Amino acid sequence: MKFDTPATTNPIDRGRVIGIPHDRIDGAAKVTGTAPYAYERHDAAPNAAYGWIVGSAIAKGRINAMDLRAAEAAPGVLGIVTHQNAGALGKGNMNTAPLLGGPQIEHYEQAVALVIADTLENARDAAQLVRIDYAVEQGRFDLAAERDRAVRPQDGFGGPADTQAGDFDAGFAKAAVKIDQRYTTPDQSHAMLEPHATTAAWNGDQLTLWTANQMIAWSVGEMAKTLQIPKENIRFVSPYIGGGFGAKLFLRADALLAALGARLAGRPVKVAIARPQIPNNTTHRPATIQRIRLGADKHGVIDAIAHEVWSGDLPGGGAETAAQQTRLLYRGANRLTTHRLAMLDLPEGNAMRAPGEAVGLLALEVAMDELAEACGIDPVELRIRNDVQYDPEAGPQRPFSSRKLVECLRQGAERFGWSHRNPKPGQVRDGRWLVGMGVASAFRNNLVMKSGARIGVDGKGHVIVETDMTDIGTGSYTIIAQTAAEMLGVPLEAVTVRLGDSRFPASAGSGGQWGANSATAGVYAAAMALRAKLAEKAGFPADQALFEDGLVRLGNQSQPIGTLAGGEGLWAEDSIDFGDLAERYAQATFGAHFCEVGVDIDTAEVRVRRMGGAFAAGRILNPKSARSQVIGAMTMGVGAALMEELSVDTRFGFFVNHDMAEYLVPVHADIPQQDVLFIDELDDKSSPMKAKGVGELGICGAGAAVANAIYNATGIRLRDYPLTIDKILAASVGDRSA
Amino acid sequence: MRPFTYSRAASVEEAAKTAATTPGARFIAGGTNLLDLMKLQIETPAHLIDVNHLGLDRIEPTAEGGLKIGALVRNTDLAADKTVRRDYAVLSRALLAGASGQLRNKATTGGNLLQRTRCPYFYDTRMPCNKRRPGSGCGALKGVSRSLAILGTSEACIAQHPSDMAVALRLLDAQVDTASADGSRRSIPIADFHLLPGDTPHIENALKPGELITSVTLPRPLGGTHVYRKVRDRASYAFALVSVAAVFAKDGQTRFAFGGIATKPWRTPAADAAASSGAAAVAEAALSDARPTVHNAFKQRLTARTLASLYRQKGA
Ligand SMILES: Cc1cc2nc3c(=O)[nH]c(=O)nc-3n(C[C@H](O)[C@H](O)[C@H](O)COP(=O)(O)OP(=O)(O)OC[C@H]3O[C@@H](n4cnc5c(N)ncnc54)[C@H](O)[C@@H]3O)c2cc1C
Ligand code: SF4
Repeated sequence: MKFDTPATTNPIDRGRVIGIPHDRIDGAAKVTGTAPYAYERHDAAPNAAYGWIVGSAIAKGRINAMDLRAAEAAPGVLGIVTHQNAGALGKGNMNTAPLLGGPQIEHYEQAVALVIADTLENARDAAQLVRIDYAVEQGRFDLAAERDRAVRPQDGFGGPADTQAGDFDAGFAKAAVKIDQRYTTPDQSHAMLEPHATTAAWNGDQLTLWTANQMIAWSVGEMAKTLQIPKENIRFVSPYIGGGFGAKLFLRADALLAALGARLAGRPVKVAIARPQIPNNTTHRPATIQRIRLGADKHGVIDAIAHEVWSGDLPGGGAETAAQQTRLLYRGANRLTTHRLAMLDLPEGNAMRAPGEAVGLLALEVAMDELAEACGIDPVELRIRNDVQYDPEAGPQRPFSSRKLVECLRQGAERFGWSHRNPKPGQVRDGRWLVGMGVASAFRNNLVMKSGARIGVDGKGHVIVETDMTDIGTGSYTIIAQTAAEMLGVPLEAVTVRLGDSRFPASAGSGGQWGANSATAGVYAAAMALRAKLAEKAGFPADQALFEDGLVRLGNQSQPIGTLAGGEGLWAEDSIDFGDLAERYAQATFGAHFCEVGVDIDTAEVRVRRMGGAFAAGRILNPKSARSQVIGAMTMGVGAALMEELSVDTRFGFFVNHDMAEYLVPVHADIPQQDVLFIDELDDKSSPMKAKGVGELGICGAGAAVANAIYNATGIRLRDYPLTIDKILAASVGDRSA
Repeated sequence: MRPFTYSRAASVEEAAKTAATTPGARFIAGGTNLLDLMKLQIETPAHLIDVNHLGLDRIEPTAEGGLKIGALVRNTDLAADKTVRRDYAVLSRALLAGASGQLRNKATTGGNLLQRTRCPYFYDTRMPCNKRRPGSGCGALKGVSRSLAILGTSEACIAQHPSDMAVALRLLDAQVDTASADGSRRSIPIADFHLLPGDTPHIENALKPGELITSVTLPRPLGGTHVYRKVRDRASYAFALVSVAAVFAKDGQTRFAFGGIATKPWRTPAADAAASSGAAAVAEAALSDARPTVHNAFKQRLTARTLASLYRQKGA
């Protein structure tokens, strides 16, 4: 099904199952431990041996020699994969450094061997016996030091590296009020609960991987390219995934090494990347340096806006597109955005929840707070004044498909009690706490991706959906079941959803918050095809038949869909293919974050006291799972604001705090009441579902609201994340003002 | 993890004897620190002696009016004990500020005292670390040292002692009671129990090979107001950047102990002497020997602020 004209009224609009806050249909299996994860596929691959990854001890250089004798002789060892015996390997397009390194070493903890043994303990122990002699080369590990050598990167996912409109310099020069500030954000780790893990087995030349992967079709292709075998010989199975946040978008070392290990050992092998290996072995969100300039009139109306971003990655890698939202969020005739990429020899950077916006808004939305103060305007009002209903780079001919930023700001402010905020910083005390409130806009692009599914009805009227879409804890199972139930007029209980298998039609996968909208639209397309088949069997015109109560109905005639399907069942397959609506209309999701913090008057400890957000993201397919996505993302925003940072050792070139005791993410005690309001919105240009993504929107701007609240509480403006105690103390003067 | 053998000791004497005579033997209590370190091969014991079944899990009053805490008393139980909460509240508060509920259910009094540093270079076996591999150098000194110590450091090691409980025990002048293989018993004042790193950061305490902690004894209660203030990068489940234990008592008996900033649970007589002059004076006295790095210099100011907070709390 091609989607190239705005949606009109369709069966989804009935809203009998769609839009209802159903519990997750996979919830019971998960909480009872009966949903098998990749490392636990004893059912599918009994007798799997255990692989343990040996990571490089240096960041850059070469392996002179590997001495495997002691490891090979260790108890239970079945074999060791290294670059010397792995055979010729290609490299996928989406990993920057080879997933099996050697002799060249490109980053610390790059996998250089897989030790396979009969037990986990034996494999782990033997891995310590692998002796490697390295020739170390000098690497580049300091983004600030490399910044001036940064170059314009290739245009990528986030659009062109640079954009401009009007004449920024001229506009800025004549602006009555100017903000010109630098912000930095650190490297961050996804820190999802389930590590990267794969069980692999060969049957002749057929490879099956039970794995944790967000993007099945991508990764089949990447594996085929890396192993240099046909795609048809590879099956990925990934029905349950314990979190991803972008960490599992790509083929990573667990999958490749499990496949190589199983080939070497002649039996199934499973590999999990150990927690302390994850930050340096896999991908992370790259650090940024950002400069923002805002030029406005004295009423705060922006005329000139510039956002320049520097980030680093391994040679061949990509930039963190942190200026993305600045192209679309606020008005202004004179505009400039640039991204520059420095070469670093740190582990590779890549997507983490809302790549671009998540860190871009940490800067932009603080700059807006600074502008509001400079103009003496309430920060909510400032944002409303700078709203724009079309793409401000392209002009009015490219309107937004839907944009309810102003409604989010207004209704969010109302619910939060924003009017009680004292605009003067450092005025509100509650016992030992200085209390302040902050606001930030939320913005995340709405991406859409081709997505396929097949759907069938059996003789009993039970509906089955199959697609390689993944559920990374987001609720995909449930919204897909809701879509199918709505389309075919059956109760939710009459739908079975099967996901994450490369034998199913290729879907959009889970990434870039495109999954929910695109994958349900794919199911919609397949369901329309099935409805046509069922209607035909019933002898009804497809466009007039009604599907409800398990029946196809026309006037007062009806037939059960199970009867029509017969003993054989009836299947249909289709995909949603998006036309140029995303070019003709700017498509994005919007929101407003509100936050109240307390800052300890003595110790500068920050405690978030309340958070509230209002979000407009098209049709909310399931308000319960959508809320869970948003509060999880807001929590991650608090982490980004207050604590998350991979600390770089610029001598050895690695992330030092590479476990979860030292890489801090918020715990329950850090997260207070979170209030979420979804603003009614249907976006007919986004998909037939009239939905948009929501999984990433919640992180976008959340951290800036925290930062702005800290400023309101203390009068201390911090621009280097995370905003830790040491930085607040360094900025505070006098002994009694935090 | 290296393969190891395991035995369950039947008595204190047997445990100490087995430990002294079996090469590479270690005691295991809750295992919450030792097992993690074994998985990373930072610790590689050849034999584990389980001391969980020796009856060392009781809390009893002493003839001197103090309290004897068995080495295997769990952190959760100790924190919840009625007498501890009434007479040694600072200990209860320090315990509850540490780790998580699950970990405290397993963690023991003896094991907590002996938990090893959280220096990140200690935790990565590919990095230089004098504590883990004597003579290999200190990765942290010129590296990422934000969490590390500013007091009691040496050129060889600046690792912080991570325990909260031990800070309170230090404040309360606890004694560490032990049994040795030769049947002898002794009590080590907590001040002498943990050692400064000096040139030998791998030697962390005064225990002799095979010596088993049997209990920790607290002297008579001090009375006064007990406070434990722990400042960290998130609200819970993180090690201290700075912690201060204090008992505010009349007649110049106020005392302070410090955690997160020193290589061992820290006290300075000068700090106690400055108590009546206020938080700033106490901080100055406590920190006069501080030797911070660029990354952890903020701990000086934070210590002063934490003390200020403590005084405020006490006043409230
Ligand atoms: C994620 C995490 C967070 C933590 N956070 C904190 C925190 O915030 N604050 C804090 O204070 N602690 C914290 N801890 C540390 C925790 O308190 C210790 O791991 C625990 O107290 C150790 O006690 P255990 O009984 O488990 O010791 P074990 O691991 O069993 O033993 C530790 C050491 O003591 C030795 N040993 C044990 N018992 C005896 C004995 N009777 N005689 C002689 N030697 C003995 C063992 O041989 C071993 O060397 C944290 C730990 C983790 C894993
Ligand atoms: S501070 Fe101590 S524990 Fe840390 S690296 Fe240096 S020697 Fe090792």
